[in-house]
Order: sequence, then C-alpha cells, then structure tokens
Amino acid sequence: MATPLSARMPAGGGAASFAGYRAAGGYLGLARARELGAPAVQEAVKASGLRGRGGAGFPTAMKWAAVPPPDGGERYLVVNADEKEPGTMKDRYLMEGDPHQLIEGLAIAATAIGAGTAFIYLRREYTRCALELEKAVGEARVAGLLEGLRLHLHLGAGRYLCGEETGLLNAIEGKRAVPRNKPPFPQVSGLWGRPTVVNNVETLCNLPHIMREGPEWFKALSASSDGGTKIYGASGWVASPGLWELPLGVSAGEVLERAGGMHPGRALRAFLPGGASTDFLPASKLDVKMDFDSVAAAGSRLGTGTMVVLDDRTCPVGMVLSLERFFARESCGWCTPCREGLPWVRRSLEALESGEGEMGDIEILEHHARSLVPGRTFCALAPGAMEPLASALKLFREDFEDHVARKGCRYK
Amino acid sequence: MSVANIIVDGKPYSIEGAESKNLLEACLSLGLDLPYFCWHPAMHSVGACRQCGVKLYKDEADARGRIAMACMTPVVNGLRASIEDPEARAFRAGIIEWLMVNHPHDCPICDEGGECHLQDMTVMTGHVRRRYRFEKRTHRSQDLGPFVAHEMNRCIQCYRCVRFYRDYAGGKDLDVQGWHDSVFFGRTEDGALESQFSGNLCEVCPTGVFTDKVQASRPTRKWDLRTSPSVCPHCAVGCSTLPGERYGELRRVRPRYNADVNGCFLCDRGRFGQAFADSGDRLRHCLVKEAGGQVPAPREAAIAAARAALSKPGAIGIGSPRASLETNFALRSLVGADRFFVAISDGELALHRLMRDVLRAAGRRVASPREAELSDAVLVLGEDVWNGAPILALRLRQASRNAPNETAMREKRIPAWDDAALREAVQDRPGPFFVASPGPGPLDECAEASYRAAPDDIARLGYAVAAFIDPTCPAPEGMGEEREALARRIASALMRAKRPLVVSGSGLASAALVGAAAAVLSALVAAGQDARICLVFPEANSLGAAMLAAGGLESAARLLAGAPEPAALVVAEADLSRAAVRGDGPSLMALAVATIVLDHSPSATSREADLVLPAATLLEGSGTFLSFEGRAQRFIALRPCEFPVQDGWRTLDELAAPGREPRSLDGILAAIASELPELAAIVDAAPPSTFRMLGKKIPRGARRESGRTSMHANLDPRDPDPRLDPDSGLAYSMEGAIAAPPSLLSRYWAPGWNSDQSLHKFQSEVGGALRPSAAGEGAEIGARIFGGETGRAALRELAFGGAGAGAPGIPAAFARRGDALLVLPRRFAFGSEELSAKSPALATRIPEPRLFICPPDAARLGLTEGASAEIRFEGADSVPQVLRVAISDLPEGVAELPWGLPALPGAPLASWAAVRPSKEAAR
Ligand SMILES: Cc1cc2nc3c(=O)[nH]c(=O)nc-3n(C[C@H](O)[C@H](O)[C@H](O)COP(=O)(O)O)c2cc1C
Ligand code: SF4
Ligand code: SF4
Ligand code: SF4
Ligand code: FES
Repeated sequence: MATPLSARMPAGGGAASFAGYRAAGGYLGLARARELGAPAVQEAVKASGLRGRGGAGFPTAMKWAAVPPPDGGERYLVVNADEKEPGTMKDRYLMEGDPHQLIEGLAIAATAIGAGTAFIYLRREYTRCALELEKAVGEARVAGLLEGLRLHLHLGAGRYLCGEETGLLNAIEGKRAVPRNKPPFPQVSGLWGRPTVVNNVETLCNLPHIMREGPEWFKALSASSDGGTKIYGASGWVASPGLWELPLGVSAGEVLERAGGMHPGRALRAFLPGGASTDFLPASKLDVKMDFDSVAAAGSRLGTGTMVVLDDRTCPVGMVLSLERFFARESCGWCTPCREGLPWVRRSLEALESGEGEMGDIEILEHHARSLVPGRTFCALAPGAMEPLASALKLFREDFEDHVARKGCRYK
Repeated sequence: MSVANIIVDGKPYSIEGAESKNLLEACLSLGLDLPYFCWHPAMHSVGACRQCGVKLYKDEADARGRIAMACMTPVVNGLRASIEDPEARAFRAGIIEWLMVNHPHDCPICDEGGECHLQDMTVMTGHVRRRYRFEKRTHRSQDLGPFVAHEMNRCIQCYRCVRFYRDYAGGKDLDVQGWHDSVFFGRTEDGALESQFSGNLCEVCPTGVFTDKVQASRPTRKWDLRTSPSVCPHCAVGCSTLPGERYGELRRVRPRYNADVNGCFLCDRGRFGQAFADSGDRLRHCLVKEAGGQVPAPREAAIAAARAALSKPGAIGIGSPRASLETNFALRSLVGADRFFVAISDGELALHRLMRDVLRAAGRRVASPREAELSDAVLVLGEDVWNGAPILALRLRQASRNAPNETAMREKRIPAWDDAALREAVQDRPGPFFVASPGPGPLDECAEASYRAAPDDIARLGYAVAAFIDPTCPAPEGMGEEREALARRIASALMRAKRPLVVSGSGLASAALVGAAAAVLSALVAAGQDARICLVFPEANSLGAAMLAAGGLESAARLLAGAPEPAALVVAEADLSRAAVRGDGPSLMALAVATIVLDHSPSATSREADLVLPAATLLEGSGTFLSFEGRAQRFIALRPCEFPVQDGWRTLDELAAPGREPRSLDGILAAIASELPELAAIVDAAPPSTFRMLGKKIPRGARRESGRTSMHANLDPRDPDPRLDPDSGLAYSMEGAIAAPPSLLSRYWAPGWNSDQSLHKFQSEVGGALRPSAAGEGAEIGARIFGGETGRAALRELAFGGAGAGAPGIPAAFARRGDALLVLPRRFAFGSEELSAKSPALATRIPEPRLFICPPDAARLGLTEGASAEIRFEGADSVPQVLRVAISDLPEGVAELPWGLPALPGAPLASWAAVRPSKEAAR
C-alpha cells in the first residue's frame, strides 16, 4: 500500500532530511510543475481528483480556477497550518515529519496560481514544526528551489478562528481575526485585497506526488472516487491513539483497527468521524467509508478525518460540554447567534453536568442546535460547533434527560 | 440605473437603482418594517448582527426557502423574499433573545430609553420573555471625557461604533477589544475621546452604551423634548441641527438630516457648542452705562436712549458674520448701506468678497457638501478643512475612497453597500486626493500625496496645476522639477476624474490661494470637466455679512474719524476685540459718541458699551444664515424669547421705524429680497410664517409630552395658552400637524420607530433626500443663491487678477525675510470659534495656546519644545506676546499661532513676526 505522504518519515521520529527527501524524488514535482506552467498544473490537479483536506473537501483545482487572470499585481498563496480543531493533529505530523514535502507542495501551488508570495500561517504552539520548517525553508532557499517566491513563516497568536480561511487572512493583515463575507472570495479579494488562495497543509503535501507520479497514479491510491491517501487519526479511549496514512475511503472500522481497537474494558458507543465539529455517528456505522461523500451520506462529515471516539464509560453530555466550552471560548464575537448562543449552550450543559439542569435546558440546547446553522451564522464555526451537540441530542437523548432526573451525572 | 422587479411577501415591487441596493435598504425604502442593527444608512452593511434575516426563495416552486440576511442580499430581478414567514420571524425574535442574554434590565434609568433602537427592534420582533437563566457578562465602563458617557454593559456588539469612529471618521483611540462573548468597545484607558466626531456615537450606537453626557446632567426623554429645525452656528458649513429643550433649557443638540449638507452627522463643536445660549452670564436685560458702570434699565428707557443716540446723523453700524442675514440687514437698513460694516478687518472682508465673486462666477459648480463627498478627485489648496469645516472634512474623507471603491466595485464585482469587502479590497490605498497645506493634518491619511509649503507656494502649485490642465493659463516660473512633477500629477488626476473638486478658503488669509483655486476650476471647466469648487468661510454667516457690508473695521473707523460730527456706533452680535485688526477695535468705540451693542452674550465690546440691548440667540430667535456654498438656511426659534430679549433684527427694525410695528421675519425677508435681488432665494429657505399643514401649525412638542399642563403649576395652576410664534409655521405646542415639509421637520418619530433611526420613514428612499410633505414643495433644505452657468471668463479674471478686482495673480515663491517668521493662523476644532468656546463641556477641550514652529527654525532661534518665545509682529504697536513653543512639521520660515482661542483673541492673520526666546513665563 502506497503511503506517499508519510513514506519518508524516519521510523524513530524526527524529520525527513533534505538529502533524504531529494533522494526520494523530492522537488522533482516542483521542477515538473515549473516546466509545465500554471494551466497544465491546474489540469493535472483537476484530473487527480484532489479535494481539500482542511475540512470542507472543496476540490483544489476548482478553488484555484477562481483566481482571476494575472493583472501584474501581487497574488498570494497561504498555507493554513493553524490546526486547532480539537482531536486533529495530522498537519503537525506532516510538518514535523517531512517539512520539505509541504514546502515543495506550496511552491507547486504558488506556481499553479502565479503567486509571488506565500505565507505559512502556523499555529504558534507548534514550535517543533516552526523549527523544522525554518530549517527546511533555509535549505530549499540555498538550493535555489524557491526562486521567484517570497516565503514567510507567520506564527499565529492563537485563536481557533484564525484557521477559518478569511479570519486567517485578517490575522495576517494584523486585523482582528473575524471572518469575511463571501463573495468576494479570497481568490478575488484576499490578502490586502489581492487574489489569494488558502490551502490546508495536507492538501498541499499531496501536490509533489501528483506532479511527479501523475494524476492517474494519484487517483488509484484512493478507495473512493476522490483521489489520494488520507492521514486518518483516532483519539479517545482507543487502545493506541495515533495517525495513519490510508487510502482515502477506508472504513471507519479499519481506522479503529489501526488503533488497536478500543481500550480494554471500554466499548465503542459512537464517534466523531472528522474532528470536533462533525456529527456523532453511532458505533453501528463503523463500516462507513471515510471519504467525503460517504460520511456525508451517513449523516456526518469527513472533516479533518481524525476521529474521536466516545466509549461506554464516558458521559456524552460531559464530552459535548468539553467541546462546547472550546467553541464558546473560540467564538470570534462577530455575529450574534454564535457569540451569544454558544455560551448559553455551554452554561446549559454545565448546569446539566453539575446537577442543576432543568428540562428547559434541553429545549434550549435543541433550539440552538436548530438555529446555529449555515447561513444564519456568519461563518462555519457555530454550525460546526452544533454538529456534535445536535447529533448527541438525537443519539443520547436519554443521557441528557437522566442528568435532569437524577440531578447529576451517572458516569461520575 | 437598473430596475429590478422583486416580490416581498407575495407583493410585487419594482426597485429603481437596484444595482446599488441591498434587500434591507429596498424593504425600508418601501416602508416595510424589518429590524436591523449593524447596518447603518451611511455606513452600509457588514452582516454581523444577523437581525435582518428574511426568507429567500429560489423560484416560484421553492416553498421552503432559506434564511438569509437582507442587508447582504443584492437586489436582483426576480428576487423572492418573505419578511413575514414564521420561521424568519422566529429567527429574528431569536436574535433579540440572544442580544438580551447579556443586556441589563435598566431601560428606566438608561438615557437611551424611549428612543432606543434596541427597544424598538425588540418590540418589533415580539420577543418578550427571557429564557436565559444564568449569569450575565459585565464590563467596566470608562470615562470618555466631557461629551460622551459610556455604559458598556448595554452593548449588543453591533460594531457600529468602531466602524463609525475608525473607518468612517478616522479616529484612532476607540477600538474593539476582547473576544467571544466578552467584546469591549472603548479606549485602552480612560480619557477624552480624541475624535471631533465622537458625539455621533450617541446616535450610531443603537443602545445606551454611548449617550450624550451633557444631556445626562439634566436628563430628558425624547418625548419630553421640544425641538425645532435649526442650523449650527459654529462654522460656515451650516449643518442642520435639531436642538431640544425642556423647561426652557437646552438639553441637547442632535443632527437634523440634511442630504445635501451634513447627512446624518454633526461635529462635536456643533453638538456640544450651543450651551453658550444657556450660560449664566447671558445678556438678559437692557444695560445703560452710568458713572459706576453698566446698570440694568427698563426696556422703554433703553430704547429711548438708543433712539436719542441715533437721532444724530452719521451713525454707523457694525454687523457680524455670526449674526443672521436678517439682523445684519436690519442694522444696514437702520444706518444706511454705505454706513454698514462688518466686524472683521478690511483685509478679511476683501478676501471674503473675492471668494464671493469666485462662487458667483462658479455658479452651479459650487459644491454642496454632498457633492463634495461624491467627488472622485480632490485638490485641497491650503485650507484646514478638518478644523475649520469639520463636516465638510468628514465628507471629503469619504470622497477619497470613491475612485478606488469604484474600481473595486467594477473589477471585483463588490456591491456598493458591502462595506467590509470594499474596505478590504481598497485597504488604505487612497484615491486621487491631494492635500497642500503648511502643516500636517488628519486629511493627509486620505491623500495620495501631501505637499507642505507656505501659502504662496501652495498657490503656485495650484496655478501650475491650472496651467497643465489649460495651457492658455499663465504658469508660475521657477517651480523646480519636483513641484512641477507633482503639479502635473495632480492635473492629470483631476483630468481623469469624472467629478473633480478643488477646495480652498480663507483660513490662511491668502487671496493667492483663492485665486489659485479659481484658476484650477476655470482650467477644468475650459477642459470640459464637470468640476466643482468649495471655498471655506470662517463663520456661520461670513458669506452673508460679506454680501451686505460696505467695508470692514478699518473703513468703519476711517468713516467715523472723518465724520463732521461725532456719531453713534451700533454693534450687532460682534466682539470687536476678536477681529484681526490691531488697535482699531477699541479706537472705533473711542471715536463714537455712543456705542450701542446688541448681543446675547457678554464680550469685551458689550462690557464697554454705553447701551446694551439683549438679543436672542438662535435658540430663541429665528433667521437665516448663508453657508459657505451660498445655501440660505433658516433656523427657527426653539423656545420663545423672554422679555426684554428679542431677535436682534426685531429690535433694530423697531429702532429704524419708530411708530410702526416692527416687521415679522417674513417682512424682513421680503425687504431683503427686494433690495438685494441676489439674495431673493432666501425667502424660499423655509416656508413662511403663514405656512399650515391642513390648516395646522407644526408642533414643537411631542404628542406624548408629559406634564405640559403642570410644568408651570407652581406659578399658575391654570393651563396657559401656548406662546405665539409670529415668525414660522411652528407652534409652541404639542398639538398640530403630523407631517411637515423637509425644512420644518422637527422630529423623527414613526410608529414602532422611536429612535432617530425612524429617519428612513421621512426619506424618499433610504439615504436619499427627505420626502416632500406636499406636491410642489422642494426636498432640499434651504435655498442656494448660486447656481447659474459658470462664468469662465469671470473666473479666469478673478484668478489672474484682471481689472483691479480679483486675486493678486500668481505670487512669487515664498522667501524668508531675514530672521522673521511668517505667522499663520491655525484653527482648532475646539476654541477657535467664539460662541462654542463658551460652552462648559467644550471649554475643557480647548488646547493651550502655543506657537508652532518647525525644528530648523526652532534650532536657529534657540527654542525647544515647551520653551517660552516672544512674538513681536512687524509694524505692530501692541505689546509682544509670550507663548510656549510646540515643534511642528511646518515649512521653514513659517510659524502658526492659534486663531481665536479665548486665551488669545485677536490673533493677527498671516503676518511677519520676530520670534525669540523669552525669559518671561508664557501664559
Ligand atoms: C472555525 C474554523 C476553523 C478552521 N480551522 C482550520 C485549520 O486550522 N486548518 C485548516 O486547514 N482549515 C481550517 N478550516 C477550514 C478553512 O476555512 C479552509 O476551508 C481550509 O483551510 C481550506 O483548505 P483546503 O481547501 O486545502 O481544504 C477552519 C474552518 C473553520 C470554519
Ligand atoms: S459564527 Fe459568528 S461569532 Fe462565531 S466565529 Fe463565526 S463569525 Fe464569529
Ligand atoms: S457600543 Fe453600541 S455601537 Fe458599539 S457595538 Fe455596542 S451596541 Fe454597537
Ligand atoms: S461646527 Fe460646522 S461642521 Fe460642525 S456641526 Fe456646526 S456647521 Fe457642522
Ligand atoms: S443588519 Fe443585516 S446582519 Fe446586521
């Protein structure tokens, strides 16, 4: 089974070296991309069926195609390396283990859209990534591989919303990290009002391989209609949490298998297939194929592909509370439903957990789950925050009611 | 302009100019009620609050629809929407419920109560019961200075305050801080808000976070305020105001919407400056000078004394740029046209007349503030618009974004109302906007290029621009390459523009600058451009006074000195000591056999007078100011005069024609129109006193006014008859007509819309002109006296100094005179204007007088920041002034001295002075 994204990572940890990366064919993809020119790169990526790995699964080539033709002015590529979704650590894995792969990938993307400047917006806590990237950028630069590209490593100041692509652009500009309305899309009016593409780390890491091995090869890697492999993850009470590169579209059960199944003495109750802002799927759906369309059909989202499991000895209300605490804290404060709604959700859940809950609180939770949906809130944060809550209210309704009835949590 | 046919709640509507409208604006313009918070008519949409959610349907077959924000939805043909859809209604009520999560239950003690947009919207959505049962977030509020109170717990995070303060008005010291449900709108620390537009936060904020601190000292609900349409007396822009009073006291001043002049806003001078009218030292009695000083006298005695003094031939009158046209005219009629002067120096008057001539020749090309805001290329020649004409500056600030906005709208297909996206696309890349001035100022940040130079050099730049546009214009010699390149760049920017504008004025006391502005305008017109001009006058009625006066103070003194017999001097609403003439003020009074002063506030002049007759301020009197664009605008008394105070013009008319009833305002206006045909339009500035709506007068009081009958019950338990108003179509009553024509509109209120956001109910469409109340009535407020075809030849003659009249022509390059500095007047938003400086709140914001000089001059003269400097004006007989030095970015050889500060009255205009270190402490 081919694992192009992780193949070069040293077994004992640490990062793939520059020499090692080049020896394995590194930067040939970039050379090829430069040789082919922007339209052909876009064509190849389109043919590869690559969909964005940042959470929304938007076809990468289609995103690029929305960039207007060059007008002589600046255009930007931005690498979204903010990764703050609870339960998600795949981008860190890729940057720590093989930084050159990202640098080559971003250089290919810059070629594809004609960007002269690229930013890596890196979560500040990822200090090892920063060190590895800095070193790798230096190496690539000295080797003359980054000619024609100004590359900035920008350490974020730490907000979940800085990962939302337009909030991220505001953050780079030194403004408050609140999202922007679309349209205009960043491709048309992004950083400093100029054409900009924001891509996720994992998305970009696929590009060197697509360029080197070709779109057909890339498509064949996948077990689904979308191309490539995926860095899947599992966390929670599994036997051994971790990350694994698998064909896109393996089943959730296979991912769980990689984690050695559940922790001894714990049974799977449900799982968030793609990180904190996806709907719970019950254990019965373990056979769902972990690709964008299949997970959506099952009633959740592939998201970042890093699943979080809920076992039978963990309180679902407590788990949702822990997530909603995060989301309420991370609301950017721009739009009313999210800014005021999420703290209310948090407080209602806290009341349930601490035994002060009332039946009305569950109604309030349902009201929010119904109301904080796309289009009603300004950005996707609040709707994302509602996905675990809404699904928990459906799947574990009796647990919520039990908290009211017994004035407390039976798992404690 | 495209027309879109849309369907709202099943009803078809056709929307004109759809491409520049969003659905919220369209709905409000149609008279449909749709709640909103973050949208604002002047600042447009950002989509933050989510209050304006409606249902949108894809097509006829779509029965489910989806909720979308009306303010972020472009109006396109075929759009189907529902406001009344139950799900949309529930959503909007839900938004209010969320906003109420943290909102305190303090309406009864909140100064916004009764005119609160949040209250109105809450009622509109039907949200009534609070389900939230947990703790609320709280904030510590700040002391933001004398104007604006702060109660952050009431905040609903609509972001309008920071969008106004920072984006719209360019303020720096108010911002949003914090995150999630703890977002704070304030300064980083306590302290007075720095922006001179801070008062607008009171209306921009839809809740009681920012409220009028001056009003809070004597709180009054909106429904208890009596209001009347008025005009700001504190500069020549002539913003429309809505002062409000209770128990005879001025409680507040609010902006009165005037699409052409001030739109929705006022500057802080206009808003907080009028407290002078309630000052304890107001002149409220007739005073007669006796051996021991001035003593109160009965009115009949005072009038008799005045008549006696005036019975001797040769009396002369001194009118005032801060008095109404009517008062000036009545004095002119009393003493005779050739004996009527204005209380400014001959030099200033000559400059004002030159400006008047340029405006006259410019005709329809004189820009209203609105037209100025619509310009897409601007050249400011010398004038400090920011401090001298604040609202014009605010509008110019918006103009600087027009060209880049238009590009972004075209290239990125961003709608005109998408404020955040436009700002993002444009960033702070300014459009073709050029500021030439001696020192730096806040408009520089709007400018593509700023040019720092002495007035003569700025004028030369202007003339060079004109010569590049119209090669038949003479060009200044020896400009140097750099300046020539700048002039060429400005010229081509003005030529590329669709609506270029040149701005100058009297602020630097330079006729050359006015000439240069005229030259640029004439060149643009010759080149076929749809160009406009603004010339900023210093005071509310400077232009009006210049149109009436035979001369300035020096001429008056000459006439008085040369009179065969000593004659009387009548001064109307002026303090001669403030005029920029040295020595002539007091000597004028010394020359007169008797000085009669009519004024509302005491001054150095009134204190010396032999006879003082108390005059009304614009709050008790009515009259007309002629603004800098020649717009005659009527202010109508807010409260009746208390005997013996009366309108200046009424007293003067009484003195002029003993035995006949003094004329009413209409009578005076008719006399002005017949005697001065150019001013005939002033009659139309507002409807006459006979105006009635369906037989009724327009009430000053609100229909809900409480305690009307008990207000004076301690004095007289009977319900007194309302006082009569002989001068306008307004009544001192709560009863009367419901509608009013635009220039008499005295309050904004509509069912369900208690706050001033009800404005759109009075507009023809959102953001547009006020809706006429009857057929045939104009929508414009006031009447413009200039408007004819542009006299190109006349303009050119004025610019290049033709037959004696006009500007001096192209000046020589500025050259220093040895060690002397050219001292220019610097205007301050707070303090330079006479009346507002008497307002207690505003007085705290008046800066200490300083002498501003540039670092090289300071070094050469041995002066440092804060050091005492002695300033001795060339040829001046007065004692030298000692002031502290402030180092400022000025051209070498040029210094600036505050103009008109109470601590420094009568600063000479643009004079050479010797400056040296002083051992004396500065005042
Ligand atoms: C609240 C929020 C947080 C997000 N955080 C991240 C993030 O940390 N990293 C990321 O790649 N995408 C994040 N996204 C998704 C981005 O907005 C965007 O879709 C993505 O970076 C696009 O990259 P792709 O097309 O390569 O998937 C976030 C979205 C939201 C709404
Ligand atoms: S949903 Fe609204 S408040 Fe929440 S993060 Fe997005 S824009 Fe900010
Ligand atoms: S202070 Fe007022 S204007 Fe500012 S965000 Fe709060 S409610 Fe809105
Ligand atoms: S001072 Fe001038 S700009 Fe300010 S409100 Fe009054 S008229 Fe308008
Ligand atoms: S008014 Fe439309 S979202 Fe605020």
